[in-house]
Amino acid sequence: MKRDLAGIAAFALAVVALAVLLDSGVWLTFAMMALYGALLAQAWNLLGGYGGQFSFGHALFFGVGAYAQVIAQVTHGVNAWAALALAIAAAGGVGLFVGALAFRYGLKGSYFALVTLAFAEVFRIGALSVEFTGAGVGMMLPLKESIANLQFGSRRGFLLLIGGFVVVALLVTAWLRHSRFGARLQAVRDNEDAAMAVGVDPYRVKLAAIGLSGAFMGAAGAFYVQVFQYIDPGIAFGPHVSVEALVGAIVGGMGTLWGPLLGALALHALADVTRNLFGQLPGLNMVIYGVVLVLIVMFLPRGLTGAGQPLVRWWRRRRD
Amino acid sequence: MLEAVANGLLTGAVYGLVALGLTLVYGVLHIINFAHGALLTLAMYAAWVAWSVFGLDPYVAILPLVPIFFALGYAVQRFVIGPASRGEDSNILLVTLGLSIVIENTMLAIFRSDTLSVQVPYAMEVIEAGPMLLSFPRVVGFGVAFVVAAVLFVILTMTDTGRAIRAVAREKQGARLVGIDVEHVYAMCFGIGLACLGAAACFLLPAYYVNPQVGSGFVLVAFTIVVLGGMGSFAGALLGGLLIGVVESLSGLLLGESLGQIGIFAIFIAVLLLRPQGLFGARA
Repeated sequence: MKRDLAGIAAFALAVVALAVLLDSGVWLTFAMMALYGALLAQAWNLLGGYGGQFSFGHALFFGVGAYAQVIAQVTHGVNAWAALALAIAAAGGVGLFVGALAFRYGLKGSYFALVTLAFAEVFRIGALSVEFTGAGVGMMLPLKESIANLQFGSRRGFLLLIGGFVVVALLVTAWLRHSRFGARLQAVRDNEDAAMAVGVDPYRVKLAAIGLSGAFMGAAGAFYVQVFQYIDPGIAFGPHVSVEALVGAIVGGMGTLWGPLLGALALHALADVTRNLFGQLPGLNMVIYGVVLVLIVMFLPRGLTGAGQPLVRWWRRRRD
Repeated sequence: MLEAVANGLLTGAVYGLVALGLTLVYGVLHIINFAHGALLTLAMYAAWVAWSVFGLDPYVAILPLVPIFFALGYAVQRFVIGPASRGEDSNILLVTLGLSIVIENTMLAIFRSDTLSVQVPYAMEVIEAGPMLLSFPRVVGFGVAFVVAAVLFVILTMTDTGRAIRAVAREKQGARLVGIDVEHVYAMCFGIGLACLGAAACFLLPAYYVNPQVGSGFVLVAFTIVVLGGMGSFAGALLGGLLIGVVESLSGLLLGESLGQIGIFAIFIAVLLLRPQGLFGARA
């Protein structure tokens, strides 16, 4: 636990240092987007990595958070910070709702993946068809730069904000690794029957995990809206966000503390390099994500952190 | 109303055709092939290229496409999905998801997001059936769905390959013990599933259009059908397809075009939650 906390503190300092020291807008944007990807992957990791429940529709919670953030502000005149709390609560609530349905009926594996995908699709079509989401046109967040409105003049503020979210997600993950609840969740992941036999209630444990995971996705959705000031049903509930969350966690290493962060950084670096090499082809990013996903599952099933573990062990042995 | 039901049945048969390949792969390999929709998109682009570059009528293109997609399916299962799975279902799920992302977005990069269609003389023809006017290519697709189902049934019940497939589906270890090459049977199955897609694409194209997302529209519908009809049941796939087609057509009529799809997903979620073994499935 101590080592985890020290690592997280070092990471927090590094983010602050980057936000202060980075001068180039390109690098600030890169750091911000990489951390945003990390938050998506961390959220997925809470449920998929530690809980063993693979969701293919995590965009559902992202979209709920994003729409809650913009609707609360634009339609109901709520302050941006209060809207952020609402967005997180709404996404967590939808997580609990979907989880209650899916886990109550014991959906697992592929069935759970399919039902999350179907829910995301229902919400996408719903957002396209109803009035209060602005239907297919989407919704704009008017530009009003001030800290009270959660709109920062430069990327620095946003980098600090997303860095803060990532640190909270790291702390929650570290807590999962060392708490009773985390132990129960991992027991359910590894062998649900055995966990039940020793008195763990899998339904409640999984429900808490999906609520937590949904809340972090909601925070990411709210962040997205504050940065880009626009959301539409395709961005909110489409497959892109779901894939980014899942691939980031799997590439970095499921069920690890630093894996999602590492995976998201690696993916964003890779995406940037290919963008520079091949220019802006539509869909190219996603092709890379898909290829990386297949290769990782084939050759590095424990992700980058799993592959790096022998190195870390060797270094520790040498130091001792 | 009557026309909506008839059109629903015609669309539903096509859905059933797509679902047949999915249900075969699920019934034998016990995996959910997430790339099914993307592979359908690929097959439809292949049929489109056959028409626009080589001037092949989609109904003729079925002759090269079915063997090509059979070979593709065989190779994908043998060299990508099989080795990557290592016996874990979640790995298969992730690999097929990765494949679907790659295929869909490669199509997007090559063909852009434009919607393409073929112009054939019979595309707009209609058949009068009593008071209804039915689109000719859709009626053909309806007939073909049943023919393909019959062919699959014959392959599975009367050929040695079919017997091997059923043996592996029932009892993998036992089949291996009596000398069946299980990996070969898996790959055959995947190949047959894709060959169905190749055929489906050729009969879909004259009546529909193709863009990079067309398959993902079909895939959730196909999953719904497979789950509804009972995983691995051919009759279930066809009946489920017809049912879904009618539901979509009627809810489209009553609720408007865009909400018609929601009816399908509502059924999907309800079936998954309440009766995951499907309407015709026996296993609990």
